Amino acid sequence: MSESPTVELIDVKVWKNRRLILDVPALNLPAGETFSVIGPNGAGKTTLLRIISLLDRPQSGQVFHDGEMINSGRDTLKRRRQLAMVMQNPLLRNASVWENVLTGHRFRHTPREVASNKVGEWLERLGISHLADRNARRLSGGEAQRVNMARGLVLEPDMLLLDEPFNGLDQPTRLGLMDDLWQILQEIQTTTVLVTHDRAEAQALSSRVAVMLDGKVEQIGDPEAVFTAPDTEEIANFVGVENILAGEVIESGDGLTTAAVGEGVITLDGQYLPGEELLLGISPEAVVIEDPSGLGSTASVRNRISGVVSRVFEMGAQARVVVDCGFPLVSLISGGSAEDLRLSPGVQVVASFKASAVHVIRNGEASESTTDRP
Amino acid sequence: MDLIWDGITEAVRLIFSGDKEVAEIVFLTLRVSGAATVLATVIGVPLGAVLGVWQFRGRGLLISIVNTGMGAPPVVVGLVVMIMLWRSGVLGGLNILYTPWAMVFAQALIALPIVIGFSMAAIAGIDPAFRQQMLALGASKSQALYVMVLEARLAILAAVMAGFGAVISEVGAVMMVGGNIKGETRVLTTATVLESSRGEFGTAIALGAILLMLAFVVIATLTIVQQRARIR
Repeated sequence: MSESPTVELIDVKVWKNRRLILDVPALNLPAGETFSVIGPNGAGKTTLLRIISLLDRPQSGQVFHDGEMINSGRDTLKRRRQLAMVMQNPLLRNASVWENVLTGHRFRHTPREVASNKVGEWLERLGISHLADRNARRLSGGEAQRVNMARGLVLEPDMLLLDEPFNGLDQPTRLGLMDDLWQILQEIQTTTVLVTHDRAEAQALSSRVAVMLDGKVEQIGDPEAVFTAPDTEEIANFVGVENILAGEVIESGDGLTTAAVGEGVITLDGQYLPGEELLLGISPEAVVIEDPSGLGSTASVRNRISGVVSRVFEMGAQARVVVDCGFPLVSLISGGSAEDLRLSPGVQVVASFKASAVHVIRNGEASESTTDRP
Repeated sequence: MDLIWDGITEAVRLIFSGDKEVAEIVFLTLRVSGAATVLATVIGVPLGAVLGVWQFRGRGLLISIVNTGMGAPPVVVGLVVMIMLWRSGVLGGLNILYTPWAMVFAQALIALPIVIGFSMAAIAGIDPAFRQQMLALGASKSQALYVMVLEARLAILAAVMAGFGAVISEVGAVMMVGGNIKGETRVLTTATVLESSRGEFGTAIALGAILLMLAFVVIATLTIVQQRARIR
């Protein structure tokens, strides 16, 4: 495999129907990394992917591949053939699985024997060798998606672009494919851009995450940072930091701060000025729910707040519990624990979370609205 | 009633007696209409694909012309081709008027808009994302178009059948540019017209029946190919 490229976008803008749908002042994708782009539907993720993959050209701005600006049509085709993009829907040809996976090599006029060997190898690696002679239109959703991926991977591209590859798959199929893809990405070490609206996929597969909202890349960082310490309220909302609370600093000292939130008090890490307004984010996963009678395992935790369960949503193996602690606090716990605690509206509980689990989204002078940007 | 019955018995006799003149007419019909269909397919399918997929200035106008052409009366096409092939016409130098070549030319012109129109509809019916995926796998624009033609092959075969059906049953154009010359440019349709105008209804019915059978055999063969090519 040739050396992986670096992609760089500068001042890229795309308009559709006079609306700015993509606005990326600067974006750099180093070689070898798995980069995820997450964001809600319509945020411009696919548009960004199409620009990176040279399928579309931005109305303004520059796209560099490997330090070279891609301008002419001939350059574009040459470069495109070093990339492979796998689209959301596995739109397979009305032909055998083998023929489908061979398609990209046919376009590249790869010598027959070389291409055949690669197709055989990748069918094997994706566990679909037994389907080789089957018509691709006669496959299940999961099988079709594997064929879809195989026809991209078989090209052994410098850069792999995946647009929502797990969309529309049932959970077991999705997890199986995600596992296999993770394994393959580890092995091939190819620069990969994964577009998804699913936080778990981004977290599981990538080393860096970009959050896109409304055509703009709002935050880039390692998944841990983005998902636990979002830069803005909008990002926090999107990445599932459901507890976004406005507070006011009561006192601060020894690296700890207490802030009044609603009718309650929260302790967090860091030094802030008394009276300072804070916007705090707490991931629901970080909030533990306990029986008030037991001492529990969280006795040493800074924030232990009594409250009353106001709502419980069962979601398969998990339960989302909203506790009224003087302010609403959302907790994500296992369905088993919810059952053990006999959680239902009106039940008294203790909600606890570490001071370090409280992330300051914004601090500063008192502001009128909580949606203002810093 | 007697007339029809006589006609049918004459038809059976003609068909099974291996009449040399009838055989010649059948072969010429197949050769002319077959060649015209092949010509229209070779030119029409790529054009239909381009019109169905690519966006360019003047595309709407071209589509309108094709759609009009699909319904153009063969006799008008024949007239235009005849004028073109006249010694003083733009293609007069070819010197092919009243030869089978002129008939192929005229019939190809009749089949062409039909093949283009149906191919265009077939290709335009493919999900646009399919083309994008082919490009994303490294296809050039023309490779993507080629794969789409393969993808729409069943519907395109229908386009070819429609083109063949239109020209083999057509009489006006071949009459005008071929002249219905015995042994040279006489085909099944023109022969049928001639025989019935001469009151030779038996021969006319025989020729009509042969024409019908011929069309059936060709279209049935193409249909079987089409059905076999469906998803197995």
